[in-house]
Amino acid sequence: MVDLSVKIGDVICQNPIQPASGAFSWEYNDVIDLNRLGALVAKTICREPRLGNPTPRMAETEAGIIQSIGLPGKGIDYFVENIVPEYARFKPPLVVSVSSESIEDFAALSRELSVPDVDVIECNISCPTRNTSGGNFALQEEHTKEVMTAIREATDKPVWAKLSPNAGDIVSIAVAAEEAGADALVIANTFLSLKIRTDNFRPALGNKFGGMVSPALKPIVLRMVYQVAKEVNIPIIGVGGVTKAEDVVEYMLAGAHAVGIGYAGFRNPTALTTIIDDLEIWCDERGIERVTDLIGAVKDDDMEMDPLVAASHGV
Amino acid sequence: MTNLAPNEKYTNSAIRPGEPDPYPQKPVGEYITDVVSNNWVNDEYKLMVLKAPEKALTAYAGQFFHLLCPSPDGAEVWMRRPMSVYNVDKSAGQIEFLYKCEGRGTKGMGTLEAGDTFNVSGPLGIGFNLDPAWKNIVVLGRGVGLATLAPLSLMAAENGVGVTAILSARKTELVMSEDLFKGIGAATIKVVDTDGSSDVSNVEKILEGLILNGKADAFFTCGSSRLLKLMQTLGKSHGVPGQVAMEQIMVCGFGACYVCMRTFEVDGAQTLRRVCREGPVFNMQEAVGW
Ligand SMILES: Cc1cc2nc3c(=O)[nH]c(=O)nc-3n(C[C@H](O)[C@H](O)[C@H](O)COP(=O)(O)OP(=O)(O)OC[C@H]3O[C@@H](n4cnc5c(N)ncnc54)[C@H](O)[C@@H]3O)c2cc1C
Ligand SMILES: Cc1cc2nc3c(=O)[nH]c(=O)nc-3n(C[C@H](O)[C@H](O)[C@H](O)COP(=O)(O)O)c2cc1C
Repeated sequence: MVDLSVKIGDVICQNPIQPASGAFSWEYNDVIDLNRLGALVAKTICREPRLGNPTPRMAETEAGIIQSIGLPGKGIDYFVENIVPEYARFKPPLVVSVSSESIEDFAALSRELSVPDVDVIECNISCPTRNTSGGNFALQEEHTKEVMTAIREATDKPVWAKLSPNAGDIVSIAVAAEEAGADALVIANTFLSLKIRTDNFRPALGNKFGGMVSPALKPIVLRMVYQVAKEVNIPIIGVGGVTKAEDVVEYMLAGAHAVGIGYAGFRNPTALTTIIDDLEIWCDERGIERVTDLIGAVKDDDMEMDPLVAASHGV
Repeated sequence: MTNLAPNEKYTNSAIRPGEPDPYPQKPVGEYITDVVSNNWVNDEYKLMVLKAPEKALTAYAGQFFHLLCPSPDGAEVWMRRPMSVYNVDKSAGQIEFLYKCEGRGTKGMGTLEAGDTFNVSGPLGIGFNLDPAWKNIVVLGRGVGLATLAPLSLMAAENGVGVTAILSARKTELVMSEDLFKGIGAATIKVVDTDGSSDVSNVEKILEGLILNGKADAFFTCGSSRLLKLMQTLGKSHGVPGQVAMEQIMVCGFGACYVCMRTFEVDGAQTLRRVCREGPVFNMQEAVGW
């Protein structure tokens, strides 16, 4: 028996596999057993009812999809009254994701979401198509610090900050979020992208820009998780391009406590639970008793060097 | 469950050939099906027949499957393709799709041959629903829209409901499923662009005639915005209810991602709905078209 459970701060997850916000809903209960997941993560909610962006909202490219949904939803009141209970029927901890364009409202929303059935507030401060100082706070250290400080003061629930891969220096943003009191970091949201159709010269997405989602991004996000893990003391949830059990292992070796999965669940609706099964087998076959033994276990401090190269480095 | 230890043996952790549906008790499944046949029906359309597990056979008219199409060219096809079920043969344990080989996904689907496997997920969405009060219905489809309306006509015939099928296409050779409609005893009317009979004004006359003759207790359509508008207008003025099957670029198929939105108007107010979850079949009068 492999112990797959992980603790993210005070939140106990039966395994390190979570869905990614916006790429999942309780409706997936039609095809898999949601009680098997490490956590349930709801789609980002805003205060006001929103229709979202114009269609088309998704386009395929050579190396993945780009999408721009625009945070549609029925608003915070409907969410708390109707959506939270949909998730509360299941056992795994419930992570709700929230976004706003103003710091005050972000804090107020976090307070209003602090109802008993909610276990974690994930702050989507990195929606790629929102603007730098309003919504997409994670591009700048000061903005990250201000918004996370306000949220921290507004709620006693664990708060996770979802960071942007579009920031110039994600490590300093991560440190700012930790200093402001974030309990964990979700790394990362999608990469801002563009596709132009050559048949009609128009942008392929109704919103022009979209977030790129692809397994091709995994090495980039993995690098970010690795760099951030060296500089912060709070847990990290790695999100980006996970499609198989080894990807989970890689993220954990780089320092993540858990992973979030979006795309793989679109491609294979049963992927999330298959990845849990495969992870257990992977650990079992290698005699790894606790999956947490993998966290940060990358062997990078005694890198071997060719003698000639070593000499040129003065070693 | 698999006994193969994943160790970069697979490009992803997904259901593998030989593995059963992991959640037989859930209404929707992801399955590896076997291709029975995949043949051309004319220059543009193919018919795929799959041997599928029991749960897939619960699909009814208007519901769809989400198909993981292989690549036609060596590069990746990233997203599944939605396809409405064309026929369910319960005794043979088979499901069928009638599809147009158009872009990369459907071209890739076209490369599959008998003996290949094909990953499909479904049944998904809310399909057609027949009111017991309807004795005669009219289905109006253009192009591959007929793929969606054929099983509805079958369902109607099984319930003793009379069907008039108006089959619209660019040219006669592309009119599909005529035999299927005739086989269930439907009256069929072919209209094509080449002789102008598919013009909205002509189709309007045909529909008005059917209404007058008591052959139109309900309207059904799919595949053309123009024909939808026409049926809406006539349906409204003559009090004929109707249903339309809608299409939109789709990602998850479960209602989670909010990609496949269309505009609807309910009691004077416009709203967006998910084609995959609230549809793909909707009240005709509420659809705003595209
Ligand atoms: C509920 C539903 C049922 C359908 N049933 C049938 C059917 O029975 N037979 C049939 O031939 N076609 C059907 N379609 C349309 C079919 O999904 C598209 O023809 C197909 O997705 C095109 O893929 P492609 O790779 O060939 O084209 P590409 O142009 O390469 O596709 C690019 C992207 O756009 C999407 N896309 C393109 N056209 C459509 C469309 N019309 N609707 C939705 N997404 C689209 C693709 O899925 C893909 O994500 C249905 C669509 C829906 C939504
Ligand atoms: C359709 C879609 C909608 C998304 N919506 C949200 C969202 O509402 N909030 C959010 O924080 N991230 C959202 N994301 C980003 C995902 O949570 C995740 O960061 C991204 O998809 C990368 O993970 P993946 O490679 O496993 O898909 C969305 C992604 C997709 C594809």
